[in-house]
Amino acid sequence: MAKKKAEAPGETTLGATDAPTRLALLRSMLLQRRFEERCAEAYALGRIGGFCHLYIGQEACGTGVISMLRPDDYVITTYRDHGQAIARGISSRAVMAELFGRSDGCARGKGGSMHLFDRNTNFLGGHGIVGGHVPVATGVGFAIKYRGGDQACACFMGESVVNTGAFHEALNMAGLWKLPVVYIIENNRYGMGTALERASAIHDIYQRGAAYDMPRGVVDGQDVLAVRQAMGEALHRARTESMPTLLEVRTYRFMGHSMSDAVSGTYRSKQELEEYMQRDPINVLRHHMEAKGEIDDARMAALDDEVKAEVQDAWDFADASPEPALESLYEDVLVETTT
Amino acid sequence: MPVITYRDALNQALREEMQRDDRVFLMGEEVAVYQGAYKVSKGLLQEFGEMRVVDTPITELGFAGVGVGAAMVGLRPVIEFMTWNFALLAIDQVVNAAAKMLYMSGGQYHIPIVFRGPNGAALQLSAQHSQAWESWLAHIPGLKVVSPGTPYDAKGLLKAAIRDDNPVVFFEGEMMYNHKGEVPDEDYIIPLGKADLKREGEHCTLVTYGKSVPLALQVADTLAKEGIHLDVLDLRTIRPLDTEALATSVRKTNRVVVLEEGWEFCGVGAQIVDYCQRDCFDELDAPVVRVHQADVPMPYAKNIEKAAKPDAAKTIAAVRKVMYLD
Ligand SMILES: Cc1ncc(C[n+]2csc(CCOP(=O)(O)OP(=O)(O)O)c2C)c(N)n1
Ligand SMILES: [Mg+2]
Repeated sequence: MAKKKAEAPGETTLGATDAPTRLALLRSMLLQRRFEERCAEAYALGRIGGFCHLYIGQEACGTGVISMLRPDDYVITTYRDHGQAIARGISSRAVMAELFGRSDGCARGKGGSMHLFDRNTNFLGGHGIVGGHVPVATGVGFAIKYRGGDQACACFMGESVVNTGAFHEALNMAGLWKLPVVYIIENNRYGMGTALERASAIHDIYQRGAAYDMPRGVVDGQDVLAVRQAMGEALHRARTESMPTLLEVRTYRFMGHSMSDAVSGTYRSKQELEEYMQRDPINVLRHHMEAKGEIDDARMAALDDEVKAEVQDAWDFADASPEPALESLYEDVLVETTT
Repeated sequence: MPVITYRDALNQALREEMQRDDRVFLMGEEVAVYQGAYKVSKGLLQEFGEMRVVDTPITELGFAGVGVGAAMVGLRPVIEFMTWNFALLAIDQVVNAAAKMLYMSGGQYHIPIVFRGPNGAALQLSAQHSQAWESWLAHIPGLKVVSPGTPYDAKGLLKAAIRDDNPVVFFEGEMMYNHKGEVPDEDYIIPLGKADLKREGEHCTLVTYGKSVPLALQVADTLAKEGIHLDVLDLRTIRPLDTEALATSVRKTNRVVVLEEGWEFCGVGAQIVDYCQRDCFDELDAPVVRVHQADVPMPYAKNIEKAAKPDAAKTIAAVRKVMYLD
């Protein structure tokens, strides 16, 4: 990673994995993939409504980053949040029930696809206004420093976010006050139909960290192990020096922007899409594990059956979960003050 | 007369005004190469080129300000917000710059700009993407606030907004873009500040605007079958409000229901009630009743979202209430 501080000793080993960890990463990514394939089906059937943004192709980013976190760390993200929610350990049942708009959903059916929240896992939400959650992440970092712990906050965002005012304001404060936040830019090359090069004056966007005197770097977002390592270094800095990091993770979205957008078209060619799909993050890890003799076709098939069964169970659970009670419409607007 | 969609009516208005005046340009997210997030700007990049149909980064505050600056020195920008939910980020430029420049400068700098885009709730888009902002902006002196309810009105009002020398905020509806209606091919203007009586009846006035117009007409048709005849008064422009048209209708029917998409508290309906009680106090046979969104952020789940939104049943119940029929 390009950064201004000298590397701490042993830092590069911070994201090292053993065989069971690699298997867990593979399972998590496969679960997210199968889960979202069923989301597409549910959307076509009208079981999921509104906007629905799939994470397919980007699973290594969220999985790698989140696998490095402790339970007491925080995660905050955008509307493209299903994969990260699952990676963080929100049950696939609670996520699917939320997508179906049911009372057992992780936001009681009030948030839907774009607004997954879970207090138990410190999952501070999926947010729908581009850039809006980035200052919130800075605020979480402020609270961590204020209370004096060594927690960290992982803030995910798409690459278009770097062009918003909120991003600059938030990162400047984090750099100024040295707050333990890792800002992860999931650079999937497009914001809706606009290529990065048509929206940002500079194209190596991690370099924007220079403006806030912030350690920064770029990593291959299709390789979950590389993401883990980069995140490990950033987290080490956050925990030991209370330093923020700007981490650009280069990836690609295999689907349309949302379920209502074309997968390819005027803004990107089918050929480009197919080229990027060659580096499917699940296969990248699988091949790595195959080379080490940790997985073979039979074990892969068994794993696939296992996650498919889990997704079916999530679907059945969501289907059986009741719709929110009508009274709940008026609940949760304000909380009762208790002190 | 050709029958076209609300979307195509807006497209015609933009095209005709850009042909007519080369100071007019369109700027916003996905307006050019992508042909518009909702395809309102389809074909404009091809016809007018990238200097006049400009894709921006996701920078609402920034490009709204760019519009104000360009207007200050002689251009006539049309700024598209992908939806008004995102325009909240730009509100400083709309309120503190565009709306006040003329006044602050003692009349030296007027700002001929249009801020436009879809407003209000579509389907199951949840709290951050389902908001009707017209009452917020109608609060601001120095702005004109327009919300067309039919394709015909959409074209005529947008053309008037672009030719107006003041900042105009223009509320469309995502759910309306596919609505069809008769729209003349030729140039016509609907003056800002003029309401339109969309149905005539003697029993009750139903005041509304924008996306609620089709709903109001549906309610009027249903009630007509029961012998209840409504004046459906489409405000078309919320600010300045056509109080004359309002008073004329109230004098005739003596009963008023206001239908709006947004929240009740400090809503547009509250302003209508204020006019009615001040200017038409002796004409009213019943308190004005309002139909609006439930006083909560919009939920995602289908059943409670439906319960939160105004609909035909709620509007009919309101009419029956002001007519003391229940
Ligand atoms: C302030 C704001 N403007 C516009 C939008 C509409 N919008 C939603 S997602 C999006 C593209 C964001 O792209 P990026 O940040 O790269 O994330 P990605 O979708 O690629 O994950 C846009 C324009 C929005 N939600 N918020
Ligand atoms: Mg992107």
